[in-house]
Amino acid sequence: MNFNQTDDRRMISDSLRRYLADQYPVEHRIKIAYDAPFHDAKKWGELAELGILGALVSEDQGGFGGEGFDIAIVFEEFGRTLCPEPMLGNLMGLRLYAAFGQSDKVDAIIAGTARTALAVFEAEAFTDTSEIATSATQSGENWTLSGRKSLVYGGHAADTLLVAARTPAGKIGLFEIEAKAADIHSYAMIDGGGAAEVGLDNVSAKCLSGDAGETIEAALDAGRLALCAEAVGAMDVLKEMTKDYLMQRQQFGRPIATFQALQHRLVDLSIEIEQARSITIHAAGAVDTPGRALAVAKAKNLIGRAGKLVAEEAVQMHGGIGMTWEYAGSHYAKRLTMIDAQLGDKEDQLRRVMELMSA
Amino acid sequence: MDLNFTPEEDAFRAEVRSFLKDNLSEELATKVRNGEELGKADIESWHATLQSRNWLAATWPVEYGGPGWNAVQRHIFDEECCLANAPRIVPFGLGMLGPVLIKFGTEKQKADILPRILDGSDWWCQGYSEPGAGSDLASLKTRAIREGDDYIINGQKTWTTLGQYADKIFCLVRTSTEGKRQEGISFVLVDIKTPGIEVRPIKLIEGGYEVNEVFFSDVRVPVSNLVGVENEGWTIAKFLLTHERTGIAGVGASTQALHELKALARKLKRRGKPLIEDPLFAARIAEAEIDLEALRMTNLRVLVDASGGAASNTIASMLKIKGTVIRQNLDDLARRALGPAAAPFPMEALAGNLAVAPPEAAASAASYFNNRKLSIFGGSNEIQRNIIAKDIFGA
Ligand SMILES: Cc1cc2nc3c(=O)[nH]c(=O)nc-3n(C[C@H](O)[C@H](O)[C@H](O)COP(=O)(O)OP(=O)(O)OC[C@H]3O[C@@H](n4cnc5c(N)ncnc54)[C@H](O)[C@@H]3O)c2cc1C
Repeated sequence: MNFNQTDDRRMISDSLRRYLADQYPVEHRIKIAYDAPFHDAKKWGELAELGILGALVSEDQGGFGGEGFDIAIVFEEFGRTLCPEPMLGNLMGLRLYAAFGQSDKVDAIIAGTARTALAVFEAEAFTDTSEIATSATQSGENWTLSGRKSLVYGGHAADTLLVAARTPAGKIGLFEIEAKAADIHSYAMIDGGGAAEVGLDNVSAKCLSGDAGETIEAALDAGRLALCAEAVGAMDVLKEMTKDYLMQRQQFGRPIATFQALQHRLVDLSIEIEQARSITIHAAGAVDTPGRALAVAKAKNLIGRAGKLVAEEAVQMHGGIGMTWEYAGSHYAKRLTMIDAQLGDKEDQLRRVMELMSA
Repeated sequence: MDLNFTPEEDAFRAEVRSFLKDNLSEELATKVRNGEELGKADIESWHATLQSRNWLAATWPVEYGGPGWNAVQRHIFDEECCLANAPRIVPFGLGMLGPVLIKFGTEKQKADILPRILDGSDWWCQGYSEPGAGSDLASLKTRAIREGDDYIINGQKTWTTLGQYADKIFCLVRTSTEGKRQEGISFVLVDIKTPGIEVRPIKLIEGGYEVNEVFFSDVRVPVSNLVGVENEGWTIAKFLLTHERTGIAGVGASTQALHELKALARKLKRRGKPLIEDPLFAARIAEAEIDLEALRMTNLRVLVDASGGAASNTIASMLKIKGTVIRQNLDDLARRALGPAAAPFPMEALAGNLAVAPPEAAASAASYFNNRKLSIFGGSNEIQRNIIAKDIFGA
């Protein structure tokens, strides 16, 4: 066994870390993440130049990475700076374009000249593709889509959308539409970054696959892994901030870090963060194996629990300061809390683990 | 043992309920239910409604214009108000300064100030905490130096809740730097419009605005605004802290939150079925209900005991810790019930009619984040544990 990153990956993660630290200092992030367009659109091309998007798909699909560890290094760095760029939607969209052989689109996204997002979930189908109600209708060669998609991450900043819809045969198909053709309303999320409601009223679409359920699940699992890695990055930073604050804040004539009641709690956070890191590595190693679903579900469950603990404890141990918008730690806490709600929360993942365990 | 309310208490509950039914507008109750930020006018009009029935100053004796209720009556009143989604009574004048003046104030202070709290002429806020003095309140530095018949105040208070609406602020200030830190503190009343005072907003984690920084530079305040004895303000601070803790268990508010949570879980669908039929989620709600049931009983045990005397510090601290943790858990469940639909910024989502969540739950995530404050203020839960530990270990 060897837990070291390859040199190539280390280079990408080092250069991404430097770039994000330089371009997304936390005050800047807080300024852009909550107001339209909820990210810094100018920077997308630079991120593409760093090779970040190419790292998300394999060589034979036009990229130069594509393994779980490649996804993890990119998103861990995003987590460290709470980078609000719509990378999650592009990751999932890119993997689906690649899976269905759309090499022009893959190239354009890797080059940073096009952006996409995945529109799967609906108000009454948030965890499970089996409940999807958006319908696809065919007349001759042409497809049209009708329905409403909710919480489309990156839907506010996409040129095309990949939409999961129910086909006349009752399968979940995958369709590509022009974002312009849909009724898109974007908003900020409480933890920053944008998402969109997507209304579809007979929108003409291109069918990429009439039976894409399994492939979409795999793309969602890649997204879940990304969220786990993002959380690990954010947890590391928030724990450091908390440690620094405890050492610097004086009450009762001494640093509050000298109170053992608080020391033990920071120790517990450190333990949970190592567990979170380990389960994320486990999932990263499994994304391209038959054990993918179980490994990812385990990781996302543990991350949900650890993220909530780190967020709540960090705010608590900061006292009033941790409750303020101006203090960066509060934004890390919100992100760590809300990551759990994306692509199925810890309870949803627990249910998956229980089902897969007994299968 | 008799776990029933007396017939008189039941009759009192019915009376409160019918008053709320007739006097709390649908519009205001809906705002409270939806977790919308209430404006000054909303709060003032609700205070006036209660005052019209003489029910505003729940803890004040009859001679000062209160209803003269005992602890059990106050509990029933609070519970009914919460269940009806009435606005929370802003406590600074009514629950804090009022009792302080009744115990420590001069006859003139009582006559001048108490009626103005009741009729809403003065909105008070609490100036205790400072940037360097939170848990360690006695380290406060805001300085009041006597000059003839005035104090000259310099320094800074922070976390001042609803200071943006306030006419007056009661402050702990340092009047002496000699002796033990606790011995040089005084309790002073200040008009917030006095020259030299500046109030600046602090935005909270969820984006709301309810706390402020208050800066004092050469603020001149008449010595007659001192409450109690100079340099003995710490006694008042301690007295007030015990008052701040009555009702701290928040049983009424949590009961209402649990009702709302269940209603939400019945309404939301997950995997084609109401969320409440999901065994994993239902188990979490059931656990929360069990915890709250026990807290209700603990709280009543304390109330009935306290009708004869004061509740011990330890029990008050226990109620504070358990009550806040239970409330925070209920908020967490409401947020999680929504899944990803909790994420949109509530005001934007409601304004654009984009909310995926039902309107009464659209602010669930915001409320969850905002209510992290419950375990921090009013003496943090760690400080409460220190109090209990002192009691257990006798050190
Ligand atoms: C929303 C909000 C509203 C508020 N409203 C008001 C108001 O209207 N008026 C007012 O005067 N104040 C108000 N406060 C201030 C509040 O009382 C303080 O935040 C509180 O006393 C904690 O102080 P601090 O924030 O300085 O945290 P600190 O005292 O710095 O504490 C930081 C952390 O260290 C822990 N800690 C400190 N000492 C110990 C110890 N000895 N052992 C173990 N752990 C310890 C604390 O529990 C906390 O977790 C408000 C605060 C908030 C967040």
